[in-house]
Amino acid sequence: MRNVVPVLTVLAIIVGVWWAAVAPMNMRAALDVAERAGDTVVPEGSVQRRDISVLTLMANNAQHIASGYSLKRPRLPTPTQVGAELWKTTGAMVMRGRAFSKRSLIYHGWITLQSTLWGFLLGTTLGILGAVAIVYSRVANMSLMPWAVISQTIPIVALAPMIIVLSNQLGIQERIVPKAIIAAYLCYFPVLVSMVKGLRSPAASELDLLKTYSAGGLQSFFKLRLPASVPFLFTSLKVGIAAALVGTIVGELPTGAISGLGARILIGDQFGTPLAIWAALFAAAILAGVLVTLLDVVQRITLFKMGFRS
Amino acid sequence: MSVPVVQAQGLSLTFQTNDGPVHALSDVSLDINKGDFVSFIGPSGCGKTTFLRVVADLEAPTGGTVTVNGLSPQEARLNRAYGYVFQAAGLYPWRTIGGNIRLPLEIMGYSKAEREARVTRTLELVDLQGFEKKFPWQLSGGMQQRASIARALAFDADILLMDEPFGALDEIVRDHLNEQLLSLWAKTGKTIAFVTHSIPEAVFLSTKIVVMSPRPGRVTDVIDSPLPADRSLEIRDTPEFLDIAHRVREGLRAGHSYD
Repeated sequence: MRNVVPVLTVLAIIVGVWWAAVAPMNMRAALDVAERAGDTVVPEGSVQRRDISVLTLMANNAQHIASGYSLKRPRLPTPTQVGAELWKTTGAMVMRGRAFSKRSLIYHGWITLQSTLWGFLLGTTLGILGAVAIVYSRVANMSLMPWAVISQTIPIVALAPMIIVLSNQLGIQERIVPKAIIAAYLCYFPVLVSMVKGLRSPAASELDLLKTYSAGGLQSFFKLRLPASVPFLFTSLKVGIAAALVGTIVGELPTGAISGLGARILIGDQFGTPLAIWAALFAAAILAGVLVTLLDVVQRITLFKMGFRS
Repeated sequence: MSVPVVQAQGLSLTFQTNDGPVHALSDVSLDINKGDFVSFIGPSGCGKTTFLRVVADLEAPTGGTVTVNGLSPQEARLNRAYGYVFQAAGLYPWRTIGGNIRLPLEIMGYSKAEREARVTRTLELVDLQGFEKKFPWQLSGGMQQRASIARALAFDADILLMDEPFGALDEIVRDHLNEQLLSLWAKTGKTIAFVTHSIPEAVFLSTKIVVMSPRPGRVTDVIDSPLPADRSLEIRDTPEFLDIAHRVREGLRAGHSYD
């Protein structure tokens, strides 16, 4: 219970700053709406207001500040507006039995989740295999590692359309494949780096001990290096799954995808419905939070069962 | 007279470092007979640990010869001739105490029933009955070190190589473990090579004390202890004990150049 107060304090500060920012962010739009409705606005005409600072506008039109909190198409929606939109596209759809309608974020979240999990699986596998190769082979260490580092310096937004076009060229029709590949591309790196560290974590004396038993390479891998790397693995899995989700969403942005949280963000942008963008953003954040929390629970249980003192 | 368990002839080992060669061992000749308890004592850098590691085939000598049970160290290692106890207990945190003792048995391919029997037997030998299912962090440092000795005893190695196993423990625990080690040695009849930098520990435990000195690492004195094999901690107050301790101290002083 000791942690509740600081956690709630931080949350309150974030929401407070957000709430306070809504007024200046939406002031111009609120004045435009008020002017169109025939109210008095100082000065008149949005072109005249363009060069006047937001704070001056707020001071001169204090009576219109409140309407910035209930715009239909706000530049920055309020927390309650985002919450309401989220509920409308998730909980409310479930209540009406339409959880998997194309307007439901649960449907779009599910599409995104599938690619994320496939990408996570692929990326984690590649990361672990790469780490094993790097730890056991000097050649792999010198040839693989630099490419792994370089791969992460290429902006994924530049690479994503190429992967989608390429997989189309290869005759892969399912959208999930290129998305999973992009997710894996972002996800494998933290797993690779952590596992290299984890597999190398046994001390020289621990390896010497196995040598005194005349243990073989496979035995020292499965009995020492692999179990010793488990705490490192879990830490990287949590980073990896969040990266996989980001990769999937980036993969959904280009080339006219219509399903998935990324597509919702893009469509919301194109159709000028900021509430839809914000709801999709929050849905993505919540999804990431749930995935990371689940992995955290698995980590705690596994490490406890393995006898690591947490 | 049987062949010595460990026989070293003119053994040298030089490490090449960036600061030039380091002579860890220089012309060491030494026999360890079956059933001996041999202590290696000397200041840091005198090569006592290196000697043990050469016997264990963890380092390769650059000169001279050494045989273990009449074989090369590598053959002896592949025959699983010795158990090695490191300075740090080095128990795997993800294995229980029983699981740690089972580790060499799994690697050496003992049957499941045999493994269980040996775990029980060695736990009894080091007085850790009832701790089989505990994880290492649940045990004190002294108990962890006992578990690591049990791990080295679990398979049938006749030689026990111990590299400052009690170095990190406090004196009360160390006294207790020394007594236990002696009774274990009496019970099992193993040949023990024991590295330490404590004079009382070396004199109390050993039938033979090898005094070494650094730069280059060499043997300055070998003392055959006249103390009876069956001894208790009280023996440390007898004149015989103090005589040997004195001779060890003299040997250490003679070998140490204060430059």
